[in-house]
Amino acid sequence: MAEARAATAKLVRGDPGYPEITGRIASIVLAGRLPRAFWLGFLAFFLLMLLFLFAIAYLVAVGVGKLGIDIPVAWGTMITNVVWWIGIGHAGTLISAVLLLFRQHWRNSINRFAEAMTLLAVAMAGLFPILHLGRPWFFYWLLPMPNTHMHWPQWRSPLVWDFAAIATYITVSLLFWYMGLIPDLAVLRDRAKSRGAQLFYGILALGWRGSAYHWKKHQTAYFLLAAIATPLVVSVHSVVSLDFAVGIVPGYHSTIFPPYFVAGALYSGFAMVLTIAIPLRSAFGLQDFITERHIENGARVMMASGMLVAYGYLSETFYDWYAGTPFDQYELVARALGPYAPCFWVMIACNVGVLQLLWFRRLRTSMVPLFIIAILINVGMWMERFVIVVTGPAQDFLPSSWNTATLTWLDFALLFGSLGTFFALMFLFIRILPAISIFEVAEEAHEEGSA
Amino acid sequence: MSVIDRGHDPRLRAALLGGRSPAFWRSLDELADTPAFRAFVDSEFPRLAGRFAAAPDRRAVLKLLAASLAMGGLTACTKADHILPYVDKPADVVPGKALHYATTLVVGGYGFGAVVESHEGRPTKIEGNPDHPASLGATDAIMQAACLSLYDPERSRLPLRDGQPSDWSAFLAGITTLRAELSARRGAGFALMTGPLTSLTQAWLVEQLRAAYPQMLVCIHDPLAATGADDALASLFGAPTRILPHFDKADVIVSLDDDLLGDGPGKLAHDRAFAARRIVRDGARTMARLYAMESTPTVTGATADHHWAVRASAVPAVAAALAARLGVGGGAPGAAAVPDAALDAIAADLRAAPGRALVTAGAHQPKEVHQLAQAMNAALGAFGTTVDYIASPEYRPAGAVDVVGLAERMGRGEVTTLLMLGVNPAYDAPGDLAFADALRKVPRTIHAGLYVDATAKAARWHVPAAHDLERWGDARAFDGTASIVQPLVRPLYGGHAAEEILSALLGRYNFTPLEIVREFWRTEGGLDDAAWAAAVQKGIVPDTAPPRILFDARPIVPAIAAQPPSGIDVRFVADPWLRGGEFANNAWLQELPRPLSKIVWGNPALLAPATAARLGVATGDVIAVASGNARVTLPVSVEPGHPEEVLTLTLGFGQKDTGAVGKDVGTDVYPLRAASSPWMLADVTVTRTGDRARVITTQHHQSMEGRDIVRSGTLAEYVADPDFAERPETPASDTLYPPWPYREEAWAMVIDQTACIGCMACVSACQAENNIPTVGADEVANGHEMHWLRIDRYYSGAVDRPAVDFQPVPCMQCEDAPCEVVCPVNATVHTHDGLNAQVYNRCVGTRYCSQNCPYKVRRFNFLEYQPYGEGSASPLAALMNPDVSVRSRGVMEKCTYCVQRIERARIDARIADQPIADGAITPACAQACPTQAIVFGDKNNTTSRVSRLKAQPLNYALLDDLNTRPRTTYLARLRNPNPALAQDTKETPNG
Amino acid sequence: MLFVVVAVAFLGTGSTLYIRSDFYTAVDHPLVQPVPFSHQHHVAGLGLDCRYCHTDVETSPVAGLPPTEVCMTCHSQIWTNAAVLAPVRQSSASGLPIQWNQVNRVPDYVYFNHAIHVNKGVACVTCHGQVDRMPLMMRAHPMQMEWCLNCHRDPVPNLRPPADVFDPDWSAPSDIAALQTVLAAHEKIDPATMTDCYVCHR
Repeated sequence: MAEARAATAKLVRGDPGYPEITGRIASIVLAGRLPRAFWLGFLAFFLLMLLFLFAIAYLVAVGVGKLGIDIPVAWGTMITNVVWWIGIGHAGTLISAVLLLFRQHWRNSINRFAEAMTLLAVAMAGLFPILHLGRPWFFYWLLPMPNTHMHWPQWRSPLVWDFAAIATYITVSLLFWYMGLIPDLAVLRDRAKSRGAQLFYGILALGWRGSAYHWKKHQTAYFLLAAIATPLVVSVHSVVSLDFAVGIVPGYHSTIFPPYFVAGALYSGFAMVLTIAIPLRSAFGLQDFITERHIENGARVMMASGMLVAYGYLSETFYDWYAGTPFDQYELVARALGPYAPCFWVMIACNVGVLQLLWFRRLRTSMVPLFIIAILINVGMWMERFVIVVTGPAQDFLPSSWNTATLTWLDFALLFGSLGTFFALMFLFIRILPAISIFEVAEEAHEEGSA
Repeated sequence: MSVIDRGHDPRLRAALLGGRSPAFWRSLDELADTPAFRAFVDSEFPRLAGRFAAAPDRRAVLKLLAASLAMGGLTACTKADHILPYVDKPADVVPGKALHYATTLVVGGYGFGAVVESHEGRPTKIEGNPDHPASLGATDAIMQAACLSLYDPERSRLPLRDGQPSDWSAFLAGITTLRAELSARRGAGFALMTGPLTSLTQAWLVEQLRAAYPQMLVCIHDPLAATGADDALASLFGAPTRILPHFDKADVIVSLDDDLLGDGPGKLAHDRAFAARRIVRDGARTMARLYAMESTPTVTGATADHHWAVRASAVPAVAAALAARLGVGGGAPGAAAVPDAALDAIAADLRAAPGRALVTAGAHQPKEVHQLAQAMNAALGAFGTTVDYIASPEYRPAGAVDVVGLAERMGRGEVTTLLMLGVNPAYDAPGDLAFADALRKVPRTIHAGLYVDATAKAARWHVPAAHDLERWGDARAFDGTASIVQPLVRPLYGGHAAEEILSALLGRYNFTPLEIVREFWRTEGGLDDAAWAAAVQKGIVPDTAPPRILFDARPIVPAIAAQPPSGIDVRFVADPWLRGGEFANNAWLQELPRPLSKIVWGNPALLAPATAARLGVATGDVIAVASGNARVTLPVSVEPGHPEEVLTLTLGFGQKDTGAVGKDVGTDVYPLRAASSPWMLADVTVTRTGDRARVITTQHHQSMEGRDIVRSGTLAEYVADPDFAERPETPASDTLYPPWPYREEAWAMVIDQTACIGCMACVSACQAENNIPTVGADEVANGHEMHWLRIDRYYSGAVDRPAVDFQPVPCMQCEDAPCEVVCPVNATVHTHDGLNAQVYNRCVGTRYCSQNCPYKVRRFNFLEYQPYGEGSASPLAALMNPDVSVRSRGVMEKCTYCVQRIERARIDARIADQPIADGAITPACAQACPTQAIVFGDKNNTTSRVSRLKAQPLNYALLDDLNTRPRTTYLARLRNPNPALAQDTKETPNG
Repeated sequence: MLFVVVAVAFLGTGSTLYIRSDFYTAVDHPLVQPVPFSHQHHVAGLGLDCRYCHTDVETSPVAGLPPTEVCMTCHSQIWTNAAVLAPVRQSSASGLPIQWNQVNRVPDYVYFNHAIHVNKGVACVTCHGQVDRMPLMMRAHPMQMEWCLNCHRDPVPNLRPPADVFDPDWSAPSDIAALQTVLAAHEKIDPATMTDCYVCHR
């Protein structure tokens, strides 16, 4: 496919020389002259970040009872947010690691901020399991640490595996991201005018000289890390899905969950990639580096993963019916017609309905509609996590204990607060680090030039 | 055994106890600055000492006093960094071991025997007294909640004169001048108002008063009084008489709107007797049959084999129609409310069981219904077999009036001095008496009560009364047996017993309640010191039950004029927990779900679905109920099985003057009440206001959705196939985990759903035993209620006449527990004897266990519900059971079969080197249960009661196809419908 | 990167060591008491039995502290003017308890029961140390959960004949190991039943 279209759409438009590439990307950071819109946007997200901090303080000080949860629905938006954020992280790893291993060169210009996105998304995701706890200050009891209780975590509990999975994921993502940054940091160090900047980037560049030796080691390490990161794309969300699959609650207890969650993760992840990439390229005039083809490929991956998710819905429905227990069959009906029916239909509309628009190439390649579609799919995926988390326990085995959970201001404050924090940090990343991999784009241009 | 006997500074103690020292308050304020007091405070509450200002305001002092007295007992075992030994240890106190004392709790004037658990002088838990006829070892929710009322920080704390703080000595001075006047006028203009009275000592004192002041007026005021039965029996016997039904001897019981299982001073005994004839075991093939006509849903109707919803005003016609079929009375007016075929079948059933049949009538029903009931009993040969009569244990002196008579005299200005003991007429007198206004016209009014309530505020003088657990006294049970009220602590808030005030009026000022009660029982009761000691220790005074009256009168058969019902009736009911409102400030009772509606923290008007549809209202819509010029607005709640065109209004709510807990909870419906007919109100106008108000319930879904949850069947089905409740069993091998070895005990529980009447006693007992917090109206509305044990109530069949099933659901203690495998920190673990232990101090609150619990029996501390701990100044800290951790915010908690009791018994047994005897351990729920529906024991011991029950064919496990293999199992519910009413029984589904 | 690893490792080991150190557990740190009561003098010197003061230890969860009256049984006769005993006389006169500072303490959520331990042959000194050599009371063991569990998982080495439980300087016979196994069997001491959480936490 890449070959077929290579003629029509090159990954680096025009024929800019390396100095130009380097200069144009580096200047975003070094010149520091960013449009007012950038700072206004940052301010907006920063305010949300403050809201996030307040909400966290309130939650820890007063208690999880201020969230909408109750008995029987003791899990709510905190778990929903974990799953959602982790899913978003996945796209980054896929783009950077898997596509790197498969030599998918079109990734080169978007992998950097995709990785950054992964890092920040997983950071957000890592917060919520702790905020979810009734006594968050004891979160470390989930870690296997020597202690005077002679007391260890309970290895049968998926939450312990979860803890490990997320920790691994955040570590590997960080290393991988930083490894990719090193050559570009060196570039910034060399082009930086102010002493401060030179020091800052100099330290971070870890004495990179760009010698062939350096490049050799760097590539080995980079590919090794990619190889380590690749299985995480599958494993992390599979483990997360086990939190549900292991439970006996109708709507949780389902073997389809691991693959279905992974597909959902890529789906929401690529939606987020586009949500960021589209404004980014127009805001900084990077159309030459993030070309329509990148965007379209993103859309294609969304279609693939989205159809997998749709299949997941179908099989879940089938097995709820096929299980033949009154509990699962009631759950099947309750989802579509019960108290949470609106959430369910929003989820179907966004994740299955809207997705079908991408069959049209014009929509895949025109930015504004695609941007809106991506956002709708993000909404839909959050709804999917929410529906999975709450509908099961809300109407499980004994009708006497059926009850619904609500959403309070705190639920919303933490969700949108985390979004704000995510984007605020994203903005800072764009400001102080090259949002597009300089050396890889240069490399790309070189290969295309010589092609 | 009083906490004060710990030998603190005697001067301090005297002052703290509101002793007779004339300058009480001044002395206390001085005292607060003495080194002694400071040392005391420091030692009692290290953390408080700082907070304690040099010149404390009165409230601070009061708080401290309350706390100090309540927590005094803690000192010997305090967990604070200081440890404080006794100075002079009482002989029978062993720090760390509980003591138990027999006493009597008085509800509605009648005594319920109790055994109170006391830790170093702090009463913490009420149990029933097995020797007491009204308890038989069981308790109800109100008894369980007595300890909370005892420590209630919002109780009245000091005498008030015209609303201003005064003191006891000033009050006594007032009494002296009063006595002078009274003796001068021979008591003319003096009225004494008390609640229903069975206390022999108080009766004795009142008689002396009447002798001293012949002109005085005695008023017996009970907002829940119903005269129908008394009038009917008086017309038969010529003297106040009480009926004693023997449900254990009855095969066929017909209830004419009588909540015989859920109401009345004999309910606990009646429940036990009734259950005895309902429980079917081993070879037995018979059980009693109960028909219930009810004008509002009750546990009696829920338990009955056949029940009809009949508006109260139609019950007389039904009674007459039934009587006619039994050859009592003339022509039978048609009773549309109950089909003739049903009445024929009931009559036939009754006639077939001569001497084993029984007809009871609801206390609120008019005289005629009771007369008919007696006539039918006579015709059925019930007298002496299933029914007996005794002289009424209630004290009702000649010429005594009720609140209506008093109000008349007050209106005529004949009452110049009114002494109100333990009553709250300003709140609970019928609305059309406008009693509160009349009260203000009386020049001298004195009120003694537990709270500064409406009457206290209207009265010139208010004196804090002593709680039953703080006073000496006596009371009689429903069968007339007398028992002694023994204090567990000295009055925490300086309350005084009614006996003190009465004897003060007789000029004997410095008699303690003990001296008074003792004197009565020595002189009148003929108890020497040994007999007295025995009576106090055992909790009853033997041989005080009055003899049975032989029935020789001809029953009177009144004529019933069938009046066609018109418009909407109001049926007033007492709240099962708050009663007339005297317990409104008790959070346990406010938050305890009502047996059928499961409503908490409020009293919406109950009405039938059909009526709701006709009025176009749904649950939560606010209506205005008007009658005459009285008008009340309150939300409605639609209740299946409620008679049509009837509103059930619940008394006891909406008080303006009480503690913060009960203030303005629900709606006050007394204003609608008419003195002429206090229990029924015909033809009220009902209009929608358009507003909505929340109706808070703890169960939101009422149907079993066709799931195999409560298994039930008829006696016939059981006889045909005893195993009808069995299902093909999933093999225990269907699990990855190895089976647990149980080398010692394997604790298990069986709950008999045939015996369970849904009375909620077990739930309140669990709350009292396990330090379970109340969370308040808002939090319950958020679904955060904390009761470890709940009673599920399911409706099935026709919505206007549903079959009702109760299912108590504690933790199932599963063998393969879904909760255990998912806890990441090992906070819920399986023990060697098969419990799912919950380790509060290890829990981090992931709530995964609750998510994975198919029975949803786990409860989570969503917020800080019990903020007091070490050093807290709240008297409620003293209420805590020291053997159970108080859980903090963010911690999951659940039933563990009262593991603290298991461990206590095990340690005692191991020290004695004995095996734990069957029955040595009784969880709080099983101990409270009036029908003994809950049995606990060792499953490994094949001879234990629990093993024998689990061997019953009716035994089944809830949701057993999930293969959680619960330790708690159920015996399927058996009904005994009349085959002749097969058509009728179609509506009550089986299995 | 390396620095981070080192820091984590250092803090980890450091804190692990710290929470087991005497600074943290207060082992061997005598507390100041209102009255400098010497167990050494009363137990080793005068040969008082533990139960003379701690009367309820065989029957109750709590061993119990002696009421002031118990102190006064002797000290109303001897050392009646000793300055150090002033607080005792004060307490006896005023009726206010003496405020001892708690030395051996477990958290609120731990339900320790003295009676079962002494009845099953766990000596006072096994947990409280050689109080007969303590001029001022001090903690002999950390009283952390692992310390409790060590014995609950393997109680046999800590058993002695119940008769000798209150003997502070009991010397084990040569055949103690055999004796202990016999004791464990006779007293039906089964670790499987002693490590359930609810044994201590309820």
